[in-house]
Amino acid sequence: MSLRAKFQLLRGDFQLNADLDLPADAVTAFFGPSGCGKTSLLRAIAGLDHHPHSFLQVGEQVWQDKKTFLPPHQRAVGYVFQESSLFEHLSVGGNLAYARKRAFGDTPHFSQSHLTHLLGLENLMHRRPSELSGGERRRVSMARALSVNPRLLLFDEPMSGLDAQRKKELFPYFDALHEELRIPILYVSHSADEVARLADYLVFIEGGAVAGSGSIQDMLTRLDLPLAAGPDAESLIEGTVKHWDEVYGLAQLQTAAGSFSVVHPELPCGARVRLGVAAKDVSLTLNPQSDTSILNRFPATVEALTAYGTAQMTVRLQVGDALLLARITRKSADTLGLQTGQSLYAQVKSVALLF
Amino acid sequence: MLTPSDLDALVVTLKLALCTTALLLVTGTPIAWWLAHAKFKGKFLVEAVVALPLVLPPTVLGFYLLLTLGSQGANLAFSFPGLVIGSMIYSLPFVVQPLQNAFISVGRRPLEVAATLGASPLDRFFTVAVPLARPGFLTATVLGFAHTVGEFGVVLMIGGNIPGETQVLSIAIYDHVESMEYAQAHWISGGLLFFSFVLLALIYAVNKRVQVVDS
Repeated sequence: MSLRAKFQLLRGDFQLNADLDLPADAVTAFFGPSGCGKTSLLRAIAGLDHHPHSFLQVGEQVWQDKKTFLPPHQRAVGYVFQESSLFEHLSVGGNLAYARKRAFGDTPHFSQSHLTHLLGLENLMHRRPSELSGGERRRVSMARALSVNPRLLLFDEPMSGLDAQRKKELFPYFDALHEELRIPILYVSHSADEVARLADYLVFIEGGAVAGSGSIQDMLTRLDLPLAAGPDAESLIEGTVKHWDEVYGLAQLQTAAGSFSVVHPELPCGARVRLGVAAKDVSLTLNPQSDTSILNRFPATVEALTAYGTAQMTVRLQVGDALLLARITRKSADTLGLQTGQSLYAQVKSVALLF
Repeated sequence: MLTPSDLDALVVTLKLALCTTALLLVTGTPIAWWLAHAKFKGKFLVEAVVALPLVLPPTVLGFYLLLTLGSQGANLAFSFPGLVIGSMIYSLPFVVQPLQNAFISVGRRPLEVAATLGASPLDRFFTVAVPLARPGFLTATVLGFAHTVGEFGVVLMIGGNIPGETQVLSIAIYDHVESMEYAQAHWISGGLLFFSFVLLALIYAVNKRVQVVDS
């Protein structure tokens, strides 16, 4: 079930034109600077704001066009608001029951007990919202949004206001949902960490328009977007744990780029992981090197390159089926005679496992 | 102690306050909701009209009501229904303003949440807005009731002083004082003083507790 949206948002000076065709069962992140209209777009999709001259189709069903405008309570969306916005006059169980009573369709995605288990709410059902921690509130809010049996799940900065540790604790719950749900999930965030960790697909919004959209791997390495132009530019590689080398304490990962060795405490075989590779940790050589301490070396092809400041270059590389960014000095680029289409070798000094 | 006519006045007063408060809650809630949520140019004018009974001498209100009610085909002046209509206007701001403030402080967000959870506008009004505005409803009810019990000028102008029909406690006190029956006047006045204090203490106690729970 895919999602087609064509929105023209106008309010005062603010304007956003978006023409989107989003994948069915992926997490799509709306990413961009504050005030770019990410939240407005989400609200328009939920029907909370009515923007004329817009179009929205979810699966086979048209939610908005010239003649139609489904009010929000008739749209099968689950909306997780910023600050979680629980009903303070109801208990946790009451909040969930409120949604369940008004659920869309007949067959729920999850049974109530499975959902409370998935989000770890078993012991919170009788609590009042005012008695919950920030992280607990977010989980209740997610469970409540799912209890309406949505065909589309919308997250509006669900982790804003949480510190890094609390965020990290929420990720596994999010994964569990994503694993079991087969509906589009739209995720608004201005945090690059969250997006790199959670999104499969990225819509980059800037200057009143969608500046680009595509898979997260592609988007992070596109040199025409600001995403790859920061000091912390990184690329993402998906992989699975092949085996754990106990002699050296290294995890062997099978990835789209090839085989990776990563320093990490023991990991279960078959676990899916996401690797973050900072552009500044990737170096390039023209010839394969064996007399080096760097373990992860891959044949690569230069896809594109662009200046970064006056002294450095950012290089986008095709490595197997993966895309990698390298940040090198302009001097090195000249010495190596780098050009598009050139074959060489990429050496990855360190990687981060994103959990 | 209270004379039989004082007891009649007590019954009329309570009946009047109950009817007025109930009718005001029914009519005042939509007005308060509208003022809390609607955005239109002349809103301040409507708000000023609602607040008028706060500052207007009750006799002025009573005078115009007397003219209006007396000129109708069915003469409502000097009757209990006429008294209810007068009291409703007189106590309107005491019901509408607390409700309006309560709806504003509930805000739009809980209603938007309810909408995304599949609740229709009426559904979300009753299941979200009303429960969350409960302190406002309590304040509106108690203030509306107490203020109606305490009215004098409007009743004097449009209700007259018919025992068992339109004579209320405040008028009974006036009568007793006029006839130098200070003991009777003391009983009723003291009773009203105590009753008003208890009601107000109740509002403040309950609303304080609600705030503590919610924060």
